[in-house]
Amino acid sequence: MRTLRSLSKVMYLGMVRDKSAVFFMLLFPLMFLLLFGALFQSEGGTRVTVAQVGDVEVLDQLGDDQLGALDETLRIERAGDRDRALEDVRQGDVDAAIWEVDGEIELYVSASDPARSGTVNGIVNGLVQEANVAATGQEPTYRITAGQVEDESLKAIQFFTPGLLGWAVAMGASFMSALTLVAWRKKRLLRRLWLAPIGPGQVIGARVGVSLGLSMVQLAVFLGVAIIPFYGLRLTGNWWLSIPLIACGTLAFMAVGLVIGAWAKTEESANGALQITILPMAFLSGSFFPTDGMPGWLQTVSHVLPLKWLNEAMMSVLSRGGGWSDALPAMGVLLLFAAVLTAIAAKLFRWDSA
Amino acid sequence: MTSSAITAEGLRKRYGDVQAVDGVSFEVEAGEFYGILGPNGAGKTTTLEIVEGLREPDEGTARLLGELSWPRNTALLRRIGVQLQASAFFEKLTAREQIRTFASFYDVSDERADAMLESVGLTDKADVQDDKLSGGQAQRLSIACALVHDPELVFLDEPTTGLDPQARRNLWDLLRRINSEGRTVVLTTHYMDEAETLCDRVAVMDNGKILRVGPPRELISDLGVDSLEDVFLELTGREYRE
Ligand SMILES: Nc1ncnc2c1ncn2[C@@H]1O[C@H](COP(=O)(O)OP(=O)(O)OP(=O)(O)O)[C@@H](O)[C@H]1O
Ligand SMILES: [Mg+2]
Repeated sequence: MRTLRSLSKVMYLGMVRDKSAVFFMLLFPLMFLLLFGALFQSEGGTRVTVAQVGDVEVLDQLGDDQLGALDETLRIERAGDRDRALEDVRQGDVDAAIWEVDGEIELYVSASDPARSGTVNGIVNGLVQEANVAATGQEPTYRITAGQVEDESLKAIQFFTPGLLGWAVAMGASFMSALTLVAWRKKRLLRRLWLAPIGPGQVIGARVGVSLGLSMVQLAVFLGVAIIPFYGLRLTGNWWLSIPLIACGTLAFMAVGLVIGAWAKTEESANGALQITILPMAFLSGSFFPTDGMPGWLQTVSHVLPLKWLNEAMMSVLSRGGGWSDALPAMGVLLLFAAVLTAIAAKLFRWDSA
Repeated sequence: MTSSAITAEGLRKRYGDVQAVDGVSFEVEAGEFYGILGPNGAGKTTTLEIVEGLREPDEGTARLLGELSWPRNTALLRRIGVQLQASAFFEKLTAREQIRTFASFYDVSDERADAMLESVGLTDKADVQDDKLSGGQAQRLSIACALVHDPELVFLDEPTTGLDPQARRNLWDLLRRINSEGRTVVLTTHYMDEAETLCDRVAVMDNGKILRVGPPRELISDLGVDSLEDVFLELTGREYRE
């Protein structure tokens, strides 16, 4: 027990005292999240901005609660005069200009973005119709009740959080195990430890424990950052399934690191091999952008990548309300990867670099 | 129970086309101070590594304290202490953390680990990380790590290489003290004065074979020369070794 504790401590200290490791494992992926989350904030959202000139009754009469409900989709700005407002539309600063002349509502939208123009038209039209019905003093004949279906397309943050987290965990777990193995072999520590009365189980146990700890910290930090209102991640029901998923992913990527660490003679070659393994895998697995646009055969190929399984399952439980049925197969595949790769690593394993 | 601490019989080890150890047999009594001498590449380190149980011999067996050292035997490992020719430390750890870590493997207290650090004169370097220790300081730390659990049987591969005269004398005192407590010490060295003052018996090796074994005084008088260095040169020749 004491051995396990002190080995874990040694690995932990070796990691946190290595400034570049802390940077690449923790801060670097987090910077991506902060940056992507901020850059793509408006993307995918259909919130439109309308420049209003003078009084427009259908807009002015809206109560606070109605405005609040509309806030997701519509933002109203005041503009000084009509020319100014039209110029703003031309520049793309706002999506539409609106004013009222004797009960006639004039709406100008940009021709360049039909999707947004349609949205503006639809919203304003709806408001006008509603006002018309209200003006007749009659109960409306038809009403709409809106329900929600989890959409295939997601807000950017709902996509980036699981994807970048998957990449971060893959890097952290694989780099830590590969570099420990290579450095300990190169510094003859493996030999030295052979002469101490400790078992391989204790060394492996400590390594797994520290890596799982690192992954959980990554998970907590990513989710913690993504759910602040500025980024606005919304966790869906079974988000806690991300914990066992990340644990299985950690084991799979530790095994990737073990194979590379067993093969590589120096830290540099281990580093290079990890980069060319993990980075393309992250691209193909949709860590940085959705893979829907990839050619079909590439999508098929990407299904043999452990990170693809991790990312899909993480996206499902974090953002799409998925549950056990999405998480379990991925966990199985990841554990299978871990087992097979560990067996390969054991075959390649060498005690010393000679 | 046998009274011998080490019994090595017919050890052989081959690396590619180098026969590093070529039929080595020797015996070390419990409580003895034993030295292995020989030119570079003679096979001293390889012999020690086989005896310690670090490498599997191609042929032959080694028994330590009555037990086979290969396959790995953790109960036996608790009773022996090894300083390897090249020091091996955990990355990014200070001297104190290194020795406390090794101590924890043997359930030895932190206090005892710190005392060991003191006895090799490293207390004021306790908070220095491994890569910032000088060569001799690293060597002393490596020796301290080998001795931290009070082993009955100690292997030191060129312990005094790279030490300054003060550290060398202090280490001699330390080794004499643990030997006088009844522990068995085996070391290799290239310093003949060291072998002469410390060792009860020395073995002179070359080309993977033991050429001669005996107390230094006896070897000197047997060969009719003046010093152990003359014995060494007489037995192993004067040419360079590859
Ligand atoms: N891991 C290895 N792989 C291949 N050859 C080796 C290895 N270790 C040692 N050798 C070879 O075995 C021979 C004996 O080496 P060894 O290290 O036992 O010598 P030594 O007596 O300890 O020398 P030194 O005084 O320089 O420490 C040498 O020829 C060396 O080149
Ligand atoms: Mg040697």
